[in-house]
Amino acid sequence: MSDNNKIPEVDIVVDEAAGVIREIKPEKLRSKKGHERRVNTSIYVILILMSIIWLAPFVFLVFQSFRSYLTESGAMVNYLLPKQWSLDNYVWLLTDPSSDFLRWYGNTVIIALFCAVLQTIMVLSVSYTLSRMRFKGRKLIMNLVLVLGLFPGFLTMITLYFLLRQLNLTQSGAIPGLILIYVASSGMGYYISKGFFDTIPKSLDESARIDGATRAQVFRMIIMPLAKPIVIYTILMAFMAPWGDYVFASYVAFGSKPSYNVAVGLYQWVNVNDYQGYFTRFCAGGVLVAVPITLLFLALQKYYVEGVTGGAVKG
Amino acid sequence: MTDLEYFKLSKPERMIRGIGRFFLNLPKKLAGGIKKLGLLIVSLFKGIGTNIADLFTTFKNGDWKTRLSYLVMGFGSCARGQWGRGILFFLFQTVFNLYMFFPNAQFSGCYYLGKLSTLGTVATYKEGRKTVYGDNSFFILLYGVLTLFFIIAFIYTWRMNIKQNKVSEELLKNGHKLKTTKDDVNSLMDSQFHKTMLALPVLGVTIFTILPILFMILVAFTNFDATHQPPGKLFTWVGWDNFRQLLATDTTSYGSTFRHVLLWTLIWAFFATFLNYFLGMLVAIMINKKGIKLKKMWRTILVMTIAIPQFVSLLYVSKMFAADGLINTYLMKWGWISAPLPFWTDPTWARITIIVINVWIGIPYLMLIATGILMNIPADLYESARIDGANAFQMYRKITLPYMLFVTGPYLLTSFTGNINNFNVIFLLSGGKPLSLELAGNAGHTDLLITWLYKMTVNDTNYKLAAVIGILVFIVSAVINLVVYNMIPSIKNEEDFQ
Repeated sequence: MSDNNKIPEVDIVVDEAAGVIREIKPEKLRSKKGHERRVNTSIYVILILMSIIWLAPFVFLVFQSFRSYLTESGAMVNYLLPKQWSLDNYVWLLTDPSSDFLRWYGNTVIIALFCAVLQTIMVLSVSYTLSRMRFKGRKLIMNLVLVLGLFPGFLTMITLYFLLRQLNLTQSGAIPGLILIYVASSGMGYYISKGFFDTIPKSLDESARIDGATRAQVFRMIIMPLAKPIVIYTILMAFMAPWGDYVFASYVAFGSKPSYNVAVGLYQWVNVNDYQGYFTRFCAGGVLVAVPITLLFLALQKYYVEGVTGGAVKG
Repeated sequence: MTDLEYFKLSKPERMIRGIGRFFLNLPKKLAGGIKKLGLLIVSLFKGIGTNIADLFTTFKNGDWKTRLSYLVMGFGSCARGQWGRGILFFLFQTVFNLYMFFPNAQFSGCYYLGKLSTLGTVATYKEGRKTVYGDNSFFILLYGVLTLFFIIAFIYTWRMNIKQNKVSEELLKNGHKLKTTKDDVNSLMDSQFHKTMLALPVLGVTIFTILPILFMILVAFTNFDATHQPPGKLFTWVGWDNFRQLLATDTTSYGSTFRHVLLWTLIWAFFATFLNYFLGMLVAIMINKKGIKLKKMWRTILVMTIAIPQFVSLLYVSKMFAADGLINTYLMKWGWISAPLPFWTDPTWARITIIVINVWIGIPYLMLIATGILMNIPADLYESARIDGANAFQMYRKITLPYMLFVTGPYLLTSFTGNINNFNVIFLLSGGKPLSLELAGNAGHTDLLITWLYKMTVNDTNYKLAAVIGILVFIVSAVINLVVYNMIPSIKNEEDFQ
């Protein structure tokens, strides 16, 4: 993501040895430069317009969150800046006894932390094994995962719900239940990190094995330190996913308010309950969720980019 | 047609030929596939045959330890000093027996297995004020499948147990030493490390993905819906009825709704994939152009839509476009329109709005991918093109685009399948609305198959049709994948631009 990339230079490369410079008349060169400037200007205009479109909804969201639900309620008003800036929404979310927001937030943080640790372990062990070891059934596993991946995810929702209910992990037990279903099948998402492991030279493993290291030691002491980017990418993805999950979370926690996650809690404010009255509080909640996640993401952006580009190129 | 003639064709003609060739070869491929399947089945039966024969000879030639292992799993291993393995075998057998023949006959594996063919016959009824529960079809089906899994696992383990006895016997006869339990444990960290690593993931996927999918495939052949809800009511097998209902060719039922939703799903997947792809590439090229400053800042701004959880951003944007939302109120305030624009109420408007908003979500992602790939294009390609007098657009068409397509071909395919199942965007933006009386099963004009499936499951509890939709989505994705994968090699050769 650095700026010194090798993207086409649009000016003529002036190669004096080849005599190219002499073939371009000075005035032509000047018009070329002018053309260049016009192109760049229009690109800047497009980029600025895009930036406005990209950021506007988030800026509006922040504005709305400062519009008090007590004095200026209503979902949509015909002005953007609140008439009176107030923290009422935030205060209500964080302190009001009838607000479950902190509880939901805590639930989501717990789920996200567990997922970040457990999913990463699952994904890394599957991808390392499939990348490095050759054993009977390896191809079978890879093909099976490919086929299973073509089934829509929500098909199995009801079965998972009843499986969890057998274990008493629905409604009030939804938090461990959700962690269980997120983690259980996470090994299927091994592609990107397998692609990464494939690029680490095998000779490293082999020389360590000759020195008497076991497979487990090779994994722990040779591969893991080299795999830092992909480990961070996997942790980041696993941590972020539970914040946005509405479908499974609402199905498993059905009706039990204390075990909602933020997505379920905030969604019901805008779609089920009194949407006009709760809208500004939804915005405030959205800001409280989005800010830490966005900061985390931007801080680790480098690893995310590495992951997605690697994954896309290798298919 | 010779190679020379082929290369004279224009690109679209080549593509048509490619597709035509695929369909021409289809019968041959199908025949090949069926033949392969037949061979597989033959070899499977042969395998079973040799295994059974081996069981007999092992029993005949084996010593008493081996023979007793046929009844008590792990006995041979224990008797030969391999305690670890033996105890594990024995434990597995004990658990299996307990599960199959649990003293409480109501909940044993045998009970579920026996009821599997009818899914229960004893209905729940009321005796005065007390409810007497009969069979629960749901659990019979679920645990029936689980029991089948268990039985297969048991047969496999039992076979393994006997094979090990045979191997141990031979090893001892030839004067070798057997592996001790300690050796076994050590090998799990070394030569058998893959077993350690994969044990948990495989178990998780089996119970939480494979079992539920098999279960739902079976549900597609039952009448499990709102009027047949266990534990109050039973449900049972109905064969292909549900498929017939959904694939019916008349114009008023689920059949026409299914075609409507399927068509929109494909249109949506097409636009969501290719519009984002080309626009994202364009943005990447603009940001990467030499002379454009603040590259990092532009990228960071765009990436915001990836960073912010979709349920915040999409829900908010959906409200912005509502009839009383910011966009409409501002346009009216400025006097540009007199009535709210029907962003979510008119089918066509809603569809276009969704595709446009999806560009907002999708461009940054493609921009990141394209940036990484663009940096890898050898700069000398552009240099020589420029010396030959190519302009920017020609260079894009002849160098950038082929390179991108070449490298991201597989990605485009997965992204297309992903978009068929792109639940979040539709669900959070429009929720499938606007609804229509012409469409059955609560489907709306912007519903994808996946959101329709969700509605079927959650709102209508029409599990049988939800299961059928799921299977059909699978078939659609699988067919697209197969067709494209078969075409990719030819694409790759053609796009060989170097």
